[in-house]
Amino acid sequence: MELPSGLSTVARLPRDVLVRVEGVVTLAAVLDALEAAHPVLRGMIRDAVTGQRRKFIRFFACQRDFSHHAVDEALPDVVARGEEVLLIVGAIAGG
Amino acid sequence: MSRVRVLVGTRKGAFILTADGMRRDWAVSGPHFPGWEVYHLKGSPADPERIYASQSSAWFGQMVQRSDDGGVSWRAVGKDFVYDGLAGTHQWYDGTAHPWEFNRVWHFEPSLTDPDTVFAGVEDAALFKSRDGGASWQELSGLRRHTTGATWQPGAGGMCLHSILLDPGNPERLYTAISAAGAFRSDDGGASWQPINQGLRSAYIPDPIAEVGHCVHHIALHPSNPDRLFMQKHWDVMRSDDAGAHWYEISGDLPTDFGFVIDVHAHEPETVYVVPIKSDQEHFPIDGKLSVYRSRSGGGDWERLSQGLPERDCYVNVLRDAMAVDTLDACGIYFGTTGGQVYVSPDAGETWHAIVRNLPAVLSVEVQTLP
Repeated sequence: MELPSGLSTVARLPRDVLVRVEGVVTLAAVLDALEAAHPVLRGMIRDAVTGQRRKFIRFFACQRDFSHHAVDEALPDVVARGEEVLLIVGAIAGG
Repeated sequence: MSRVRVLVGTRKGAFILTADGMRRDWAVSGPHFPGWEVYHLKGSPADPERIYASQSSAWFGQMVQRSDDGGVSWRAVGKDFVYDGLAGTHQWYDGTAHPWEFNRVWHFEPSLTDPDTVFAGVEDAALFKSRDGGASWQELSGLRRHTTGATWQPGAGGMCLHSILLDPGNPERLYTAISAAGAFRSDDGGASWQPINQGLRSAYIPDPIAEVGHCVHHIALHPSNPDRLFMQKHWDVMRSDDAGAHWYEISGDLPTDFGFVIDVHAHEPETVYVVPIKSDQEHFPIDGKLSVYRSRSGGGDWERLSQGLPERDCYVNVLRDAMAVDTLDACGIYFGTTGGQVYVSPDAGETWHAIVRNLPAVLSVEVQTLP
């Protein structure tokens, strides 16, 4: 996946991050794996209490917007295989 | 010779300004946390090398940064601000019940005696405390659970707990102020709270003398006389001589009594500073002339201080946490503007000069006086 620059700086990670997911590769599973590997990111993509996507965060892959999809929906196979990047994007907002 | 370290929070990062006791030649460090809002930074009185910083973003939420070397290096510490129990609701702008939601930390107030103990004032209004250097945070929920809590409403800037004062003579006593609920006092270390708004009059609420609902912008005290409080309210500059039990107006001959900041001279408990702002609609100085006003009598009569400040075409604001004083013999006064200037007066307000002129909008200014 690709992180927005603000998060890669905070987490001291490169923009491109690979996570391993067992079973069905869903958005929830990918984010769970990311936060487990890099706890500093907990609460910065999803609210730490409710688990809801933060309102100015978007998830794009394969030229599609998955931001409003169910988080337990399987992501495209090419994303699951690591052939396409899941983009975590800071929405265009504010100054 | 003593030194000063000025901690500046801005809309797009933090800056640290340092100088010797002359306060003429400045070094600028930053931006720290570039691109992020830094609402506040404050150093521990017990260990000045320990600094806490609130780093936040509408995109990514809250981070808490801590430095143990005076701001040279930083590390992220705990950022989980979870309301105690069922969060409940407060009043929303339209009068409906709105769930309490954490948005950001507006203010850190480190303990006077223990570097690892620090209070955090947050939006939606609540007070948190850490006893482990910011690793974990626990809500002092007696404040938010006050019987009036469900009636509190946000001001235009959100429902923020922006002011925390610790009584240096009584560790059990602390004060908070919330926009737009008012001022509160605890006499038991933060377990229980009472509103202290008697004497405030606010024309913008249905009952102008209500127990809560007042938009307090900032409160200040002098350590030598902690029962005397000074307040810049939305409109009106106020004073209490009895730990907030009663307030009376000291706006006196100010050209306008709207404003955000208020602070007290380090060595003269009766000398108070404000920056008058034209009105609640026009958040800039009157006639484009940036001026600090000083009262040496605890309020009521005020003198304009402007030598070195812009005399024309200045339409910046000075936000509520953006004024501070150092404790050098010749007390230094500092403030930052939404135009990105940070001004210092090394002579208690007589003369001013800009330390920096082109920072992002300044949200907060704190000063540390170092040996």
